[in-house]
Amino acid sequence: MATRPLTGPDTNFRPNHRRRALMDPLFRWICFGATSVSVLFLATVIGAVLLRVLIPAGGEPGQAVSPAARVTAAFALISRLVTNKTGLDAAESGYRVGLISSAWLLFFVVAISVPVGVGAAVYLEEYCGKSRWKSFVQMNIANLAGVPSIVYGLLGLILFQRGLGFEWLALGPCLLAGALTLSLLILPVIVIATQEALRAVPKSLRLAALALGATRWQMIRDHLLPAASPGILTGTILGVSRAIGETAPLLMVGAAASLLKVPRGPFDRYTALPVEIYYNAKEPAEAYSTVAAGGILILLCLLLSMNFLAILIRQRASRGHGSAAIPTRRGGSMR
Amino acid sequence: MNRPGDPAESRWKSPGRLVRWQEWFVHGMLASFAVLTILTTLGILVVLGSETVRFFRTGEVTPLEFLTGTAMRPEADPPRYGVLPLVWGTLVITVGSSLIALPIGLAAAIYLSEYANFRTRSILKPILELLAGVPTIVYGYLALLLVTPLLRYSLGLVGIKVDTYNAASAAIVVGIMIIPMVSSLSEDVLRAVPQGLREAAYGLGATKFEVSTQVVVPAGLSGIMASFILAFSRAIGETMAVVLAAGQMPQISPNVFASVQTMTAYIVSVTSGDAPYGSPEHLSLFAVGTVLFLMTLSLNLISGAILRRYREEYS
Repeated sequence: MATRPLTGPDTNFRPNHRRRALMDPLFRWICFGATSVSVLFLATVIGAVLLRVLIPAGGEPGQAVSPAARVTAAFALISRLVTNKTGLDAAESGYRVGLISSAWLLFFVVAISVPVGVGAAVYLEEYCGKSRWKSFVQMNIANLAGVPSIVYGLLGLILFQRGLGFEWLALGPCLLAGALTLSLLILPVIVIATQEALRAVPKSLRLAALALGATRWQMIRDHLLPAASPGILTGTILGVSRAIGETAPLLMVGAAASLLKVPRGPFDRYTALPVEIYYNAKEPAEAYSTVAAGGILILLCLLLSMNFLAILIRQRASRGHGSAAIPTRRGGSMR
Repeated sequence: MNRPGDPAESRWKSPGRLVRWQEWFVHGMLASFAVLTILTTLGILVVLGSETVRFFRTGEVTPLEFLTGTAMRPEADPPRYGVLPLVWGTLVITVGSSLIALPIGLAAAIYLSEYANFRTRSILKPILELLAGVPTIVYGYLALLLVTPLLRYSLGLVGIKVDTYNAASAAIVVGIMIIPMVSSLSEDVLRAVPQGLREAAYGLGATKFEVSTQVVVPAGLSGIMASFILAFSRAIGETMAVVLAAGQMPQISPNVFASVQTMTAYIVSVTSGDAPYGSPEHLSLFAVGTVLFLMTLSLNLISGAILRRYREEYS
């Protein structure tokens, strides 16, 4: 073999063939194992909650229940949770007020954070140039994205609920205060996602619109935002789904533990689905554990389908759907 | 046909004053949105700062006593406000969760960036993202439902007593929670390592294992560090999972199977308690919030600085 002379007594090269041949696949399997463990965790989360709903606590052990009966019972449980309000009895309690509150919150958070977030991103990408001011704002947004959600709760408590101590500014523990707090919380997510989407739009699109006499805002409104819309939509859905799953800041901004009155407007008392789940999960009584599991199942269905939708939109856009909407210059025609 | 360029015949109208006014208006409005993000930061600083000052003005505790006190008992007489038990609880859970999340997250990142083919990647990455989309309250419930009973049962066999609320199960679920963050940030870093480095190593006869551990990971080390620090800071600020799993017992104890209270859990417990607004106990949560904010902010700044330097190196 040609490699023989390399391993003579006068060189210190040791091929270690056997060890290397062992380590290589071993490492591959370790890494693969780590990835599948994380996938397994997702399955465990969903599986554990699902099992809890199918096999409620407090049932007599040893009594055989047919799987079909279990599934029917689980569906009955979920539909009860959706229609009933919070009650003192775990067997009667439900999430109706929380679900409607969360829907209100969703509406206001989208209405507030999307225009502001997209607007700030457009300003940074299209109006700012490469200035020191831009990098300052940029760094500020990156740091805001890392602020713990409970700190936003403290901000919302003082700024919105108590109006910085001014009577006429204080909103009190109302739905709008919660929605404003959540909007501030997800603003950085939306700004960063929108900026990335805008950066991915080719420069030629902007130049073409401007060359035809469009003003800057006309170019942005009619060409840039439509071309970047899949990316913006993805970022918005991810951000909003985070807001819907948040509990901690709402606890600070006066979300009620148990509310019997459905909120009818932005100035009513409110609660949220995750907040109600929290108070059920906290109860030591076993029966509440099943109620919490059912609530989590509803929440996970909502959030995971939102996340899934976001991923779907992005994958479709990256698979050439987006570039088909943006005419690319073909080689040769300009020569 | 009209002669091109004849102004009288052309239907083109010059954008008048209205359009110019509209441009100014839009520019100003978008700029004000950007300023709003600055105001948010300013708001956080002002709110935390002023309420913390109010807390120390009540005379219950001096800043030094607060930072070095080893007991947190606001309901005792006289009340004791020491932040160290809360910092201890936070660190126990953060370090524990990092021990779980950092190796698994990094190995997953290496797999996704170095080993997985396009098809596998396009399936695995969305699943990891879904894992990141699970709200934190769910992890807290998972700790109560599954992790704590499992720990109690398995460690009970070898005679270790595990409390219903304990730091270990909180650390486990927080660890699971930050895996997707570590893996996706580290994967971005690893994929940014120039292909030429890998090819040079393969050319010298290195195996994939050697290329990954001796070339790619060292080349991306600073970026990986940045992602670790970011995950660490996320674990520090984690609230709901910790509130549900680790309980509300502020104590400095080396036993990870006993209950601890983190800074975030303290804030939640004071809020849901019946301390009236403006009382020293209620104001103390802003002092704790300031410590929490400063800790996460400094970690985020360090991580950002590392990432910026790293980007300069390779692009």
